[in-house]
Amino acid sequence: MSEDQPLLEVENLHVSFPIRKGFFQRTVGAVQAVNGVSFSVPRGTSFGLVGESGCGKTTVARAVLQLVEPTAGAIRFDGEDVAKMDAVALNRFRGRVQAVFQDPFSSLNPRMSTGRIISEPLRVHRLTPESQIKAEVARLLDMCGLPARFADLYPHEMSGGQRQRVGIARALAMKPELIVCDEAVSALDVSIQAQIINLLEDLQKELNLTYLFIGHDLSVVRHICDQVAVMYLGRIAETAPSDPLFAAPRHPYTQALIDAVPNPDPDYEAGRHIAPLEGEVPSPANPPSGCFFHPRCPLVTDRCRQEAPHLDPVAPAHFAACWETAQTVPAE
Amino acid sequence: MTLLRVENLAIDVARDGGSCRLVHDAHFSVDRGETLAVVGESGSGKSLTALAVMGLLGEGLSVSGGRILFGDEDLAQMSPQARNDLRGSRISMIFQEAMTSLNPVRSIEHQLIEGMRLKKRLSRRAARARALELLAEVGISDPERRLKQYPHQLSGGMRQRVMIAIALACDPELILADEPTTALDVTIQAQILALTSRLCRDHGVGLVLITHNLGIVARYAQKVAVMYGGRVVERASARQLYRAPQHPYTQGLLASVPRLDLPRDTPLRPIPGAPPDPTVRLGGCRFHPRCPRASDLCATEVPPFVTDGGHEVACLHSGSQSSKPKGAAA
Repeated sequence: MSEDQPLLEVENLHVSFPIRKGFFQRTVGAVQAVNGVSFSVPRGTSFGLVGESGCGKTTVARAVLQLVEPTAGAIRFDGEDVAKMDAVALNRFRGRVQAVFQDPFSSLNPRMSTGRIISEPLRVHRLTPESQIKAEVARLLDMCGLPARFADLYPHEMSGGQRQRVGIARALAMKPELIVCDEAVSALDVSIQAQIINLLEDLQKELNLTYLFIGHDLSVVRHICDQVAVMYLGRIAETAPSDPLFAAPRHPYTQALIDAVPNPDPDYEAGRHIAPLEGEVPSPANPPSGCFFHPRCPLVTDRCRQEAPHLDPVAPAHFAACWETAQTVPAE
Repeated sequence: MTLLRVENLAIDVARDGGSCRLVHDAHFSVDRGETLAVVGESGSGKSLTALAVMGLLGEGLSVSGGRILFGDEDLAQMSPQARNDLRGSRISMIFQEAMTSLNPVRSIEHQLIEGMRLKKRLSRRAARARALELLAEVGISDPERRLKQYPHQLSGGMRQRVMIAIALACDPELILADEPTTALDVTIQAQILALTSRLCRDHGVGLVLITHNLGIVARYAQKVAVMYGGRVVERASARQLYRAPQHPYTQGLLASVPRLDLPRDTPLRPIPGAPPDPTVRLGGCRFHPRCPRASDLCATEVPPFVTDGGHEVACLHSGSQSSKPKGAAA
């Protein structure tokens, strides 16, 4: 368990869901939700997964959390294969990895007070003696910017931003090393979203947390994450450190995503020449041949229609899966 | 020529025998062929204002003050029958969620031609021919087949295109679009907004675009009205507003969004606190509890609008001294 070993490694992850039909629910096919995804996240950093609905980013998160079973591939946490963990190790793993979800209403039990929501994991894992739980809850609330009296409130008595702070406090209760944030700020209003982003960043510095951050808002993901992977139909199209990914994207899909995001500056927008991406994301139950992006790609060639491109290096830590753009620079 | 002019609009909701004011002072105008963005966070009253213009306020909600001038008629004073005649023909609306605003048990054809049959008295055949044209115009391929389909058979982007076709069906003069792309993916969002703004410009339709996304405003709108806590607090052309935001709330909003066109480590400066609860009485400026420039006067006095070269702001301490959305990189 050396220091330079990544905290989380995902290797060639595949997740497929059966398509069932008819009275007997026969399996008639499969949706390849995640199709050979690999990445690793060093301790204390943030890794972002972006893409449109159906690209498999949430399924990757759920696989890491052990909420869906991978069809193939490995997930290693701190060097250990999660699939091979025994019950005791898995129990410990579930404490070391926590999640913050999108909707702070449906992810908090409406019948439980904030104090009970936050202390439940402490009780289940017997981390804190009963006599100290109240103080611990107050400490966790304080870390998340809420006064101790919030322990007596119920979710419906709080605003969206406050509920999301409670969700974060609950995740922190287990003193986790990795937090999976699945669209954790997407449902919040602009002024509140910035508060929560800053909170997540402060907590990361303070506690040396590692984030797997799932999002669809490119500007938020870029702001938070050190390394970002762009997913399309279950595959990684491109991955790079945030700055080169957004400054010099190599995959036409990444470029299209960036073009689709309007910047809050009318002068800048007036000078932009953008051809919006045509068409829609195909169904993952029936993906196109070759490169999955080829039916919408402005640079498509015959090769793209037949052969799926590999994720090839184009610069240090920068990989892109595109026959047209990734190959123009010799691999390192 | 001014197409729609909303003046000092107030909307109340009946509650526990009394009433509670949700929109205090909405004030803006839009011309033909022009896009006005109404920006605000949840609870700012932007959607209610749109519903009031449409005459679609729900039970318990009522317009309790101000005027909604459409041409030279005040919609707020019009009979329900007269408003019904306008709705869907001269004024139409695009809603946020196409799935819930389209009727799931009626075909696309039925929903597209319904308005034309009712409002324009078109024959079934003529309406159907126009429906095919409309589907092609909003970029739906194979319109013949799509006409026979039902909403659940279409993707989210396609459903929103159908909504736009319905809104355009009777050649309206004004379209209100309430968060038309919030539920859609970014690439589809870009398609839908580009389409809407092109069609409105080509047909000379005035568009009121309601959104919380400051980027969308910058890309598609010529004029902006910023709403906070049921009041319009700042009005300007999009260029003026972004170059030199005057109201502390507008400045706060711009400083709290991460942007792709600024360095990644540009710090976000959120507005502290949360938007006001409309059921709690709050005197003075609605923003004063969260405002970095608030003085004692702000808690008691409702700030009047001050105009400076078409840039209007309702703040006692307005000015751009603390606005540095651009230079924040250092």
